[in-house]
Amino acid sequence: MAIAIVLIVLALGSVVFYFLSPWGLTPLASNWGAIDATIDITFVVTGAVFVAINVFMAYAILCYRFKRQRRSHYEPENKKLEAWLTGLTTLGIVALLAPGLFVWGNYVNVPDDAHEVEVIGQQWHWSYRLPGDDGRFGDVRTHLIDESNPFGLDPDDPAGQDDVLIDSSHVKLPIDRPVKLMLRSTDVIHNFKVAQFRAKMDVMPGQVSYMWLTPTKTGDFEAVCAELCGMAHFAMRGRVEVVEQGEFDDWVAQQPTFGELQDVGEGDPEAGAELYARCVACHGPQGGGRQEMNAPRLAGLDDDYIERQLRNFRQGARGEHEADRFGQQMRPFAMTLEDREMNADVAAHIETFPVEPTRPTIIGDAERGERFYRSCASCHGADGEGRRALKAPRLAGMNDWYLVRQLQHFKDGVRGRHPDDWYGNQMVDMAQILVDDAALRDVVAYIGTLSGGESSPQQDSEQARAEE
Amino acid sequence: MGEREYDAGAYVPPAETEEMELVHPKTFIGKYIWSQDAKVIAIQYGVTATAIGLVALVLSLLMRLQLGFPNAFSLIDPGEYLQYVSMHGMIMVVYLLTAIFLGGFGNYLIPLMCGARDMVFPYLNMLSFWFYFASVLILVAGFFVPGGSMGAGWTLYPPQSISEGTPGSEAGIVVMLLSLAVFIAGFTMGGLNYVVTVLQARTRGMTLMRLPLTIWGIFMATVMALLAFPALFVAALMMLCDRLLGTSFFMPEMLSMGETSDHGGGSPILFQHLFWFFGHPEVYIVALPAFGIVSDLLACHARKNIFGYRMMVWAIVIIGVLSFVVWAHHMYVSGMNPYFGFLFAITTLIIAVPTAIKVYNWVLTLWRGNIRLTVPMLFAIGFIFTFVNGGLSGLFLGNVTVDVPLSDTYFVVGHFHMVMAVAPVLVIFGAIYHWYPKMTGRMLNDTLGKVHFWITFLGTYVIYYPMHFMGLEGVPRRYYAYGETTFISDSVQTLNVVISIAAFIVALAQVLFLINLVWSYYRGRDAGPNPWRATTLEWQTEHTPPRHGNFGESLPLVYRWPYDYSVPGASEDFIPQNVSPEETRWQAEGRQS
Repeated sequence: MAIAIVLIVLALGSVVFYFLSPWGLTPLASNWGAIDATIDITFVVTGAVFVAINVFMAYAILCYRFKRQRRSHYEPENKKLEAWLTGLTTLGIVALLAPGLFVWGNYVNVPDDAHEVEVIGQQWHWSYRLPGDDGRFGDVRTHLIDESNPFGLDPDDPAGQDDVLIDSSHVKLPIDRPVKLMLRSTDVIHNFKVAQFRAKMDVMPGQVSYMWLTPTKTGDFEAVCAELCGMAHFAMRGRVEVVEQGEFDDWVAQQPTFGELQDVGEGDPEAGAELYARCVACHGPQGGGRQEMNAPRLAGLDDDYIERQLRNFRQGARGEHEADRFGQQMRPFAMTLEDREMNADVAAHIETFPVEPTRPTIIGDAERGERFYRSCASCHGADGEGRRALKAPRLAGMNDWYLVRQLQHFKDGVRGRHPDDWYGNQMVDMAQILVDDAALRDVVAYIGTLSGGESSPQQDSEQARAEE
Repeated sequence: MGEREYDAGAYVPPAETEEMELVHPKTFIGKYIWSQDAKVIAIQYGVTATAIGLVALVLSLLMRLQLGFPNAFSLIDPGEYLQYVSMHGMIMVVYLLTAIFLGGFGNYLIPLMCGARDMVFPYLNMLSFWFYFASVLILVAGFFVPGGSMGAGWTLYPPQSISEGTPGSEAGIVVMLLSLAVFIAGFTMGGLNYVVTVLQARTRGMTLMRLPLTIWGIFMATVMALLAFPALFVAALMMLCDRLLGTSFFMPEMLSMGETSDHGGGSPILFQHLFWFFGHPEVYIVALPAFGIVSDLLACHARKNIFGYRMMVWAIVIIGVLSFVVWAHHMYVSGMNPYFGFLFAITTLIIAVPTAIKVYNWVLTLWRGNIRLTVPMLFAIGFIFTFVNGGLSGLFLGNVTVDVPLSDTYFVVGHFHMVMAVAPVLVIFGAIYHWYPKMTGRMLNDTLGKVHFWITFLGTYVIYYPMHFMGLEGVPRRYYAYGETTFISDSVQTLNVVISIAAFIVALAQVLFLINLVWSYYRGRDAGPNPWRATTLEWQTEHTPPRHGNFGESLPLVYRWPYDYSVPGASEDFIPQNVSPEETRWQAEGRQS
C-alpha cells in the first residue's frame, strides 16, 4: 500500500521538481539552441514514459494486493500486446533519434566561413593561437616546445611566422561569427568546455580535434576543463570574452606573432641592471628581500614569473585589492616599467642573482606541512624548485613571511581573483585546502626545508665524506 | 490462453547422463577454505565482495564530506579525492558488482537451479575464487604503496594515468593493472565453469527454454564477460608496458610536467576503444543478472508467471549481442572521428527497445497478480522504479547530440549510479532477502528488512535524482571543489550538503542490513525448505541448506517451466518444476473428492 503511494508521489514529484528546480541549463550564448531543443524533446518523451510506467505499476500494486482466496491470472504471453508495445517503443526511439542525428549533422559540418582559433590544453591551463594574416596555422610539434618556443612552432615553416600567440588563459572571440576551435594538447587529455556554448570536445594529445560554434552574446564566459587531467583538474580554468568584431580586431593586433617573439629574443640583463636601480631600496641589491620593507626576495624567480607579476601590478590585476596594502605600494614602481621589453630586461637581471639561504621567521609543524605540500608539489615541484611550464614559481628559499602572507591573500581572494590574473585563480582554488592559520604556517615551514632541487652545501659535504 | 499450448506440462523422457563424482573433504579447511563446493565458494565470493564494497562505500563518504563541506575537515586533499573517486568506481563496478553477481549468485544458483550436483569443474572453481581473493589483496595493497593508490579515474585513461601530475602514477597504477590482470585470469576460470555447467550439466527435462531467467541472465552475462574482459586484459598489459618498459602503445609525443618525454607515436584513443569495448558490455554484465534475478523475484512474490518469458529470454540475448556494438557512445566527445557518432547513436538507441520490453514485462507481471509485499518484492519494485529512471536518462546520453552538453557532468554521475549502481544493488539486496532462507535455513528479520529498504530506496533517490539537474547546469564531475565560477549557482552547494547528508543516512542503513544478516543467522525464524512457495529447483532440495551435492539420491526430473504460479485448476498456487503432470492431476482430483 505505502509503496504504491510512494511510487506515485515520487513519479509526479520528479516531474514537479523538473519544473520548480532552480537548477537547469545555463542561459545559452551560442548558436546551439538546437541542442537545447533535443534536450527538451527528450525530457518530454522520457518524462511521459517515466510517469506512465510508474503510475501503472503503482496502480497494479494497489489493485492486486495479496488476498488468500485470489489466484493470479495465468497468461504466459500475449503476442498482440507485446507487438504493440514494441512498435510504440520503436516509434518513441525514432522520435528521439531523428532530431538528434539531424543536429549532429550540423555539429560535425563546420560552415565554410568559420574562422579558426586553436585552443591548447596543458596541465593545468589553456593558451590559444590564431592563424594570422595568411589564415593558415604553421606546423607545430610538441617536442619543439621549450622556454623560447612555448607553442612548439616549427621555425622553418613560413606559415607559422605570422601566427598570433596568446600565452594566457584568456581569449576573445568576435560575436556572431562562426568559429572553428582546433583543439590541441601538449600533455594529457583535456576538454574545453564553456557551459553557455553547449559545444564541447576532448583535447586529445597526438591529434587535433575540433568543434565549431557561433557566439551570440557578448560577455565573459568561464572555460573549464571537463576531462580529468590530473591533480589540479578542478583548478584548470580559462576565460572566453565575446566582443564586437572591431574590439576583437584591435585586441588581435596587440598580440605578438611568432615572428615578433623570435625577433625580440631574451631580455638583456645589463639593460635590466640599470632599470633594477629603482628596486634596490626595498628588494636589496641582490634581490635578497627586506622584511622590514615588506619586500620579498626576488632571487631565484624565473623571468616568466617576474614579467607576469610586473604586468599584473602594472595593469591592476595584482595589488589593486584594498586589503593588499603592500601590493598597492608595489604598483607605482611597476608602472615605471612601461613596456614588455623593460619587464624582460629586469627579469633577466633578476635571474642572475645568487640564491642565498633565508632565515626562518615562522614557526610551524613541517611534518604536518609535508602532507599539505603534496598538493603543491604537482606544480611547484617536490623540491619547491618551481616549474616554469606550469606557470608555477620557485618556492624554495623564498621568505617564509612572504609566503604566509600571499597564501592568506590567495585563500581570502585578495590576490588571484582579478579576471586578468590568468593563473592566480588556480592558487585561490588550491589555497582552500589550507583550512586554518596553522595549516598555512605548517606548509610554509615545510617549504623552508626544501632545497629547490640543487643540493645544499651541507649535503655536498656529506656526500664528499661518504665518497671518502 | 491455456497452459496446455505452452508446453508447460509436456513430459520429457529421461536421458542417460552420468552422475559426477564429488570430492567430499572431511577437514574444516577442506570444507570451508579450499572448498570445491560451489555453494561455499559462492559465500566466499559474497563475503569478500561485500567487504571490499564496504571499503568503497567509506571512500564515497569521504568524497561526500569534501563535496558537501568543502575544506571544512581537511581530511582529504585534491590528489586523495581523485584516488578515492577512482578506487570507489573500480571497486564497485568490478570487484563488488561483477564478483557478487557472477561469482556469488552464479555459483550458488547455477548448479541448484539447473539441477546439477555442482559446477562442472569444481577444482577450477576453487582456483577462480582464490585468484579473485588475491586480486582483492593486491588492490588493497595499492592503498599503501608510495604515492598512494591509482587516481586516474576508474577509466584509467592514458596518458595521464601513467604520467606525473596524476596521483598514484608512481606505483598505484601498476598495482591496479596487476590486480585487474589477476582478477580477469580468475574470472575466466569461473566464467568457463558457469557456461559449461549451464550448457552441459542441466538435469533431465531442463531444456534451455525451461531455465529460470536468473540463469539466463547470469549465463548471458558470463558469455559477455568472457568476450569483453580480454580487451581490458590486453589494454592493461599494454599500459603496463608503457609504464614499466617505456613502450608507447597509448603514449603520443607529449610533455610531462613541461618536460619532453621519451614517448611518441602511440594512440590514447586506442586505449579508450579497448577500454569501452570491455566497459560497455560490463554495464550489462552487471545488469543482466539483475534483470534475471528480479524477474524471478517478481514472479514468485506476485504469485504469477513472468509475462512473456520467451520475449524476456530473447531480450537478454539481443541486449547481450547489441552491447558489443555500442561502446563508442562513451566517446562521443573524445575526438574520435565524429561521423562515428551517427552509427553509435543508432545502435545505442536500438538497445533501448529490448530493454524497454523487459520493463513492460516486469510491470505486466504485476498486473492481475496476487502481490505479496515481502521485502524481496519491495526491493524488486524499487529496482523497477530506479532502473526506469536510470534507463530513461540513458536516452539523453546515448543520443549523441544531447550528450554533448551533458557529458562529463553530474548528469552522467546521476545516470550511471541510478542504472548500474543503485538498481543492481537493490536487486542484490532483494536476492539476499529471497535466498538467505535457503542458504542458512533461517528467515531474515522482516522489520529490519523493511526499514533497510525504505531508507535505501528513498535515500538513494534523494542522492542521485537532483544530480541530473546539477549536470544540466554544467557542473563538471571529478572536481575536488568548485570555487567560484560564472555558471554554477550558489544553491548547488546547498544541494551538495543535502546529498551528502542523505549519503550518510543511506550508508548507516546498510549497518542495519549487516546486523540483520548476523542476528538472523543465529536467531532468525526457521525457514523450512520452501518459505516463499517457489517453483524453482533450489527450493526442492532434500536439505536446507543444501548439502554438498545439492540433491538427494537422484537428481530431480524437470517437467515444466519455472513459472507455473497460479495455474488454473491446480490445488496450490504454485507447481514446482519437478512435479509431473500425473502428480498435479492426481492432486487436483484428490482435492475434488
